[in-house]
Amino acid sequence: MRRGSPWLWTAALVAYAFLYLPLLIVVVYSFNDSRLNAEWVGFTLDWYRKLFADGDMISAAGNSLVIGITASLASTVLGTMAGMAMHRYRLRVLPILILAPIAIPEILTGVSLLIFFVLLNFTLGLMSVALAHIAFCVGFVAIVVRARLAGMDESLTEAARDCGASPGRAFRYVTLPLIMPGVIAGALMAFTLSIDDFVITFFTAGAGTVTLPLQIYSMIKISVTPEVNAVSTLLMLLTLLLIIAAAKLSPSILRSNQET
Amino acid sequence: MPARRPTRLAKWLISGPPLLYLLVFFAAPTLIMVLASFRSPGEFGGLAPLVDAAGKLDINVDSYVRFFTEPVFFQVFVKSAWYAALTTVICLLLAYPLASLIARSGKKHRDLLLLLVILPFWSNFLIRIYAWMIILGPNAALAKLVNRVLAAFGAQPVPLLFSSFAVLVCLVYVSLPFMVLPLYANLEKHDQALLDAAQDLGANAWQRFWRITFPLSLPGVYAGAALVFIPALGIFAIPDILGGPDDTLIGNLIKQQFLETRDWPFGSVLSIMLTLAALVLAGTAAWIGRRSAGDSRA
Repeated sequence: MRRGSPWLWTAALVAYAFLYLPLLIVVVYSFNDSRLNAEWVGFTLDWYRKLFADGDMISAAGNSLVIGITASLASTVLGTMAGMAMHRYRLRVLPILILAPIAIPEILTGVSLLIFFVLLNFTLGLMSVALAHIAFCVGFVAIVVRARLAGMDESLTEAARDCGASPGRAFRYVTLPLIMPGVIAGALMAFTLSIDDFVITFFTAGAGTVTLPLQIYSMIKISVTPEVNAVSTLLMLLTLLLIIAAAKLSPSILRSNQET
Repeated sequence: MPARRPTRLAKWLISGPPLLYLLVFFAAPTLIMVLASFRSPGEFGGLAPLVDAAGKLDINVDSYVRFFTEPVFFQVFVKSAWYAALTTVICLLLAYPLASLIARSGKKHRDLLLLLVILPFWSNFLIRIYAWMIILGPNAALAKLVNRVLAAFGAQPVPLLFSSFAVLVCLVYVSLPFMVLPLYANLEKHDQALLDAAQDLGANAWQRFWRITFPLSLPGVYAGAALVFIPALGIFAIPDILGGPDDTLIGNLIKQQFLETRDWPFGSVLSIMLTLAALVLAGTAAWIGRRSAGDSRA
């Protein structure tokens, strides 16, 4: 460290506090024995008990899970293909279609898909949300897989081909095992993005379908209740575990955010 | 060597499915939105029939005329740009010390410090907004403190929540990582020898920063500014939840047109204008970034 660093440390500490204090407050108040999120009264698990007895919340969590699993599986397959295609070939259209949904404001993807589904008479619900989520997750998976391929020794696949392996076998037994950490990291990332998404889901879910973020939205529009703190705490814990697992498998995730 | 045909087949086999998916679920909806902007709104929302009872084709520029003739919409765009610009500047001021600290720390700490900046980004967007509802709420310590100070000066109490202040604080909060990352990526590459040379020649800390570090970091600043400004321009959840009645931004206007007024053609026009603004800004940032990178090398 060089001179001037005490000032730097103070400024950085303030920035880190700014990033983490709000989330910490949400977590702490989820254990607070008070209806108001205003001051600490005492420890309780009542809000969690209430949460697990809340039928709307449970069914919303179920919907989120179904959408998240569907969207992450499909976008992992498509995204892996796209990542490999972009790594191997010089393509013009695919990279634009991969990056555009990540680069433009989310609301634009949301409203254009709304028009699309309604004009096609496609019923808004779990299916339309999953299809929309796949569209924006494919790009994230593709970026992670491509980063993994870029760090890989291409000659291994070529050696397999020279030894007479068909392209399918070379992929199955050489390329896929090598890029697997990237593929799994991409899948975890896609699942996290899907389960957390609010804006695109808001426009493509229609009236009857509620996911976890939509349920949280309607609750906080009415009032602030510690039950929201409880569900937020659990959701943050889940996301945290998934992202740490993904980052362990593929450190490039830390870079991929940069491109968004 | 494999024959030419199979490799072309392989190329289509792996790039075909994702290409097809994104053409159907991204390109086609975008195109349909552009077409919808030239139609009339339907009686009960959505679009009017393409060919009406009299056999007249429904294609017009009415929604575009409305956008350019009623000043209120332009004002909303200006207000959104103002919020986004303020957010960008505040993020830059907060991110710069943080990014320099991370860039200067040892390799071992660096990854952890970076991870700590990124993690909040991965927590749910609504939860991060909700956190500010708690902090700025009327019963929370901050509002009480602020209003006690104001009362001491004889001023009227102010609400912190449901205000432009709340919108701005939360915008900065969710955008900060997007400014830190590109700044860090740039600062990390700086050559320490330049600063040492400047110090040997008698430059003080401020001169070293202002005449060397800052100009060299401009590509990172522009990249961060684009990553903060563009999403901030299209935000709707933050003003929707934390804003007061005067905090209608482009995103809220678009949401209104699609879900409340159900005027799709006009909503499409607003969305297209937002897209154009985002594209122009991203293009400008890339262009300035490239030019200033060229300058600093020369």
